[in-house]
Amino acid sequence: MVLAADGGERVTSEVAVLGAGMHPWGKWGRSFVEYGTAAARAALADAGVDWRDVGSIVGADTVRGGYPGYVAGATFAKALGWQGARVTSVYAACASGAQAINTARTQILAGLADVVLVVGADAAPKGFFRPAGGDRHDDPDWLRFRVLGATNPTYFGLYARRRMAVHGDTPEDFALVKVKNAAAGALNPNARYRKTVTAEEVAASAVVADPLRLLDICATSDGAAALVLSSMEFARRHGAADPVRIRAVSTVTPTYPTTVLDLPDIATDSAAAVAPADGTFRASIALAAYEEAGIGPDDLSLAEVYDLSTALELQWYEDLGLCGEGEGAKLLREGATAPGGRIPVNPSGGLASFGEAVPAQAIAQVCELTWQLRGTAGARQVAGARAGITANQGLFGHGSSVVAVR
Amino acid sequence: MSRTRTPVVTGWFAGEGDNFRLLGTRCSACASVFFPREDGFCRNPGCPGGDLDEVPLSPRGRVWSYTDSRYRPPAPYVSDPELPWQPYTLIAVELEAERMVVLGQAAPGVSVADLEVGMEVEVVPGVLDEDAGTTRTARTTLTTWCWRPTGVSA
Ligand SMILES: [Zn+2]
Repeated sequence: MVLAADGGERVTSEVAVLGAGMHPWGKWGRSFVEYGTAAARAALADAGVDWRDVGSIVGADTVRGGYPGYVAGATFAKALGWQGARVTSVYAACASGAQAINTARTQILAGLADVVLVVGADAAPKGFFRPAGGDRHDDPDWLRFRVLGATNPTYFGLYARRRMAVHGDTPEDFALVKVKNAAAGALNPNARYRKTVTAEEVAASAVVADPLRLLDICATSDGAAALVLSSMEFARRHGAADPVRIRAVSTVTPTYPTTVLDLPDIATDSAAAVAPADGTFRASIALAAYEEAGIGPDDLSLAEVYDLSTALELQWYEDLGLCGEGEGAKLLREGATAPGGRIPVNPSGGLASFGEAVPAQAIAQVCELTWQLRGTAGARQVAGARAGITANQGLFGHGSSVVAVR
Repeated sequence: MSRTRTPVVTGWFAGEGDNFRLLGTRCSACASVFFPREDGFCRNPGCPGGDLDEVPLSPRGRVWSYTDSRYRPPAPYVSDPELPWQPYTLIAVELEAERMVVLGQAAPGVSVADLEVGMEVEVVPGVLDEDAGTTRTARTTLTTWCWRPTGVSA
């Protein structure tokens, strides 16, 4: 199956989203298995599909649940009741959920399965994410903590300060992102934080990693999200005549040499011998999704981006091509990315309102696209939504972008 | 009681005083430079692979960005939980010759208020912890590298 480069007929490259479900985000103090199973049941009920009719299950792994977390697909299959389905478990840091979606899509498009259940769930620790235990001098994630004490928020602080110096962004701009996303999250029953936040409250919160404050940085959460995906043919037979369709899943790697200091690295690659590619890794993630989907930024109704920090949301505006380089804060100030704006970003409330539940988060982004494209997003509905994109980046050269249309 | 000085990672830096340098490796086939050092293979996808020779990095660069850590990082970062947390500054430094950015802690006493993007900094020896790994018979000072402003502004 070859995608038409000219944006022509590509119906056979799409898969249908039959069902979407979540377990609400929070700090519930229970097992990730419980959350994932609840989300899976919700997605199956939404799809009107019996679990016993699912041909394949793909789990997005968590590194925080011990062995069951490393074999998440089997863990959820057992919890739902063994029924003989093909099983896959994938890990790709923050992009784990998107790789699970892509694995399901690939199986469907290859004719290996008609209906696939995708599940991601996490139970997050209190405080900073930390590396796995042991004395591991060959693990860059261990080394950045050992040598520098460089937590995730310090990287977010570096990016934010760089934007202030290069583009003239201000802490007030960053706070506006939080204000926007908190207002959206207040309308979302699955969000962990459901209170509006003022710019004054952001400014009054403690500095975590200069220039970013506590309310600029996303928390770590418990939560789960699931999707039931199927072939277009199965969807028709199932009575879903006009389902939300996933048209592209980008999971590209960076190109050597990298020029942005990405988590968990202590240095970038050297560009002394090889000239870097045009554009950053993040931009290349979105570009690959646009090319595969045959659409561009102007075709989008909404975007769900990985706002690990407020400043990073502005970065994504530029990497997704919603505006030119350095114009992210301007786009925000104009209200273009707010509800009712030209291109609402994070109508779900984003990570600002959810906190990160790593393997569930990229799946949750696609759940939000699904509800928005169906027109069932309630008080946070983007009017007339026809096409949406997600964007995400994680450790170790992982990132993802999913395009869904209706 | 004896006191020994141990680098936090072996082979990443060497030298004393003005001769202190970060150590990377350079591919003999394509001249790509790596820090942290690659000793097993060249990561340039267009390179057939060459010997990786140790090479000192430029001692001076310019601030790419900076931040600080207001809260105590988790282990394996070494800090005494009995003592109040003292925030430290992190600086990402752009090395012109190597065309790369290298992260490091700022020298003690350098706060974010002392820094601006583009300012010149130099690499200096630093101490990560005075007593990490201390036993009854030996005290170990854990050494590292730090970035310190040279006084030349952006
Ligand atoms: Zn080479």
